[in-house]
Amino acid sequence: MSEEKYVPKSKLAQWFDSRLPLLTLSHHLQEYPTPKNLNYWWTFGGILTFCLITQIVTGLVLAMHYVAHVDHAFESIEHIMRDVNYGWLIRYVHANGASMFFLAVYIHIFRSLFYGSYKAPRELIWIIGLLIYVLMMATAFMGYVLPWGQMSFWGATVITNLFSAIPFIGESITTWLWGGFSVDNPTLNRFYSLHYLLPFLTVGLVILHIWSLHIPGNNNPIGIDVKKNSNETMPFHPYMVMKDLTALLVFIIIFLWFVFFAPNVLGHPDNYIEANPLVTPAHIVPEWYLLPFYAILRAIPSKLGGVIFMFAAILILILLPWLDTSKVRSAVFRPIYKKFFWVLLFMVILLGYLGAKPPEGIYLILSRIATAYYFIHFLILLPLLGRYEKTDPLPQSISDPVLDKPGLLDKVKKAASKYEGENVGSFK
Amino acid sequence: MGKKNHSERRSFLFTATYTMGAVGVGAAIWPLVDQMNPDSSVKALSTTEVDISSLEFGKTITVLWRGKPIFIRRRTKEEIDEAAKVELKDLKDPQKDSERTQNPEWLVMVGVCTHLGCVPLGNTGEYKGWFCPCHGSHYDTSGRIRKGPAPKNLEIPKYEFVNNNIIKIG
Repeated sequence: MSEEKYVPKSKLAQWFDSRLPLLTLSHHLQEYPTPKNLNYWWTFGGILTFCLITQIVTGLVLAMHYVAHVDHAFESIEHIMRDVNYGWLIRYVHANGASMFFLAVYIHIFRSLFYGSYKAPRELIWIIGLLIYVLMMATAFMGYVLPWGQMSFWGATVITNLFSAIPFIGESITTWLWGGFSVDNPTLNRFYSLHYLLPFLTVGLVILHIWSLHIPGNNNPIGIDVKKNSNETMPFHPYMVMKDLTALLVFIIIFLWFVFFAPNVLGHPDNYIEANPLVTPAHIVPEWYLLPFYAILRAIPSKLGGVIFMFAAILILILLPWLDTSKVRSAVFRPIYKKFFWVLLFMVILLGYLGAKPPEGIYLILSRIATAYYFIHFLILLPLLGRYEKTDPLPQSISDPVLDKPGLLDKVKKAASKYEGENVGSFK
Repeated sequence: MGKKNHSERRSFLFTATYTMGAVGVGAAIWPLVDQMNPDSSVKALSTTEVDISSLEFGKTITVLWRGKPIFIRRRTKEEIDEAAKVELKDLKDPQKDSERTQNPEWLVMVGVCTHLGCVPLGNTGEYKGWFCPCHGSHYDTSGRIRKGPAPKNLEIPKYEFVNNNIIKIG
């Protein structure tokens, strides 16, 4: 936050700003100081904002054509695909947009894990972010039910049945969620209502997420505190805006590749069969972004236990700022944590792979190992590392590593000197 | 009136106001919560009559009751014997076969896996009963859970034989 008080130039602007300080807000957003060493992993916040807006805009227009009734829902999706002008494009952007949203959010989360962005004083940013993630999962799940295909129906059945594992009141909760004795028209209607509502709650949480970010300011790849309004920071506009836009363009290219060349590759063909309450598809799987949790659910050989572990896998992340007791934020200076970070990433991807496989034989054994590792990482390894890991010395300022250590330029110089001899000293 | 008395009265009034407020908010929220429970039209569909006269031995028909599949199986002699000879200690959810049928020839069950609600497939699985493809639960010829993550036997709905040919479910 810029320290000097902002005063708009014109009288009219001053009149307005003293009554409703929107201009001050806009000034703050432009001048917001960002560490100059932010790398491209820091561009996913902007990308995620783009994803949320894309989902809301495409969803808004899809809602103009969709019919939330068990007799018409499936048909109305086909109507959107075949008859509505550009309906196919809008629906494919919305459907693939959900996957892209999760891709970006997973990169964003693992960025935070690597650079310790969840640590003091940024715990609330992390927790609000997790709430957004949970809302995203709920929204995506309910959205997947709306086309009323086989996967929609059976996905909804399995997920709502998770609540029936709760002792004593579980059955009443599922009946209440369904509005009947099985997933049926009342369920579809309420899912549609909530699918429309939750993204706007997400917008509210995103505002809180950014607000709580702007109090301490961004973490950075070195993970040490930055002196604000010094030569260590740059105003958000235009510097970070341009960097965010560059990354966003690359992201949009990937996004549109899916939309135009592989629009159904992330979906499941069974969802093009209308829902049938009498036949369960032979192989039901959730969307890819929920697979790691699905693998944990199936790894536990008990209904209630599976559900508890699955929810615990998400809830444990809320405690992360207190489980990781190391004072050093960035994994760059944590040699052992850095290795475990990559193991965790590997295990989560492995769980995702196993979630798509049948729960038997080697797949089941591997799911159990990976599930155990997931919890060991957070509950045992992190507290131990905080106590025993010998971290590398931290630089005094974010400029030091650039100035002291051989950078890319020095490597080029060194390579050049091999060929050119020593007279390349002036190369800059 | 003394000062002390005054503040006691004030805190009493605050507490009373909060309490009434909480009751009022609770009363206002309840209809908003309860509207999600099954409505009268859903509950009205609570019985189904099924003609079973044409069902042969070893065959199953599946009918829809309250949006859920109901399996009606006319069991063969071998299936009944196999179900009857299972020892209760081998069962995860111990229940005698005779407790699960009104007439051992007719097995009437809700065709919904007690794990997470998929529809099990008939005549398969390690116990020659039902097998749920979703998460691998095996049920025997009495629909009792034998192996896999499901915690309970397949549920037996309320039903009665109206006459020799008709079963009324619900």
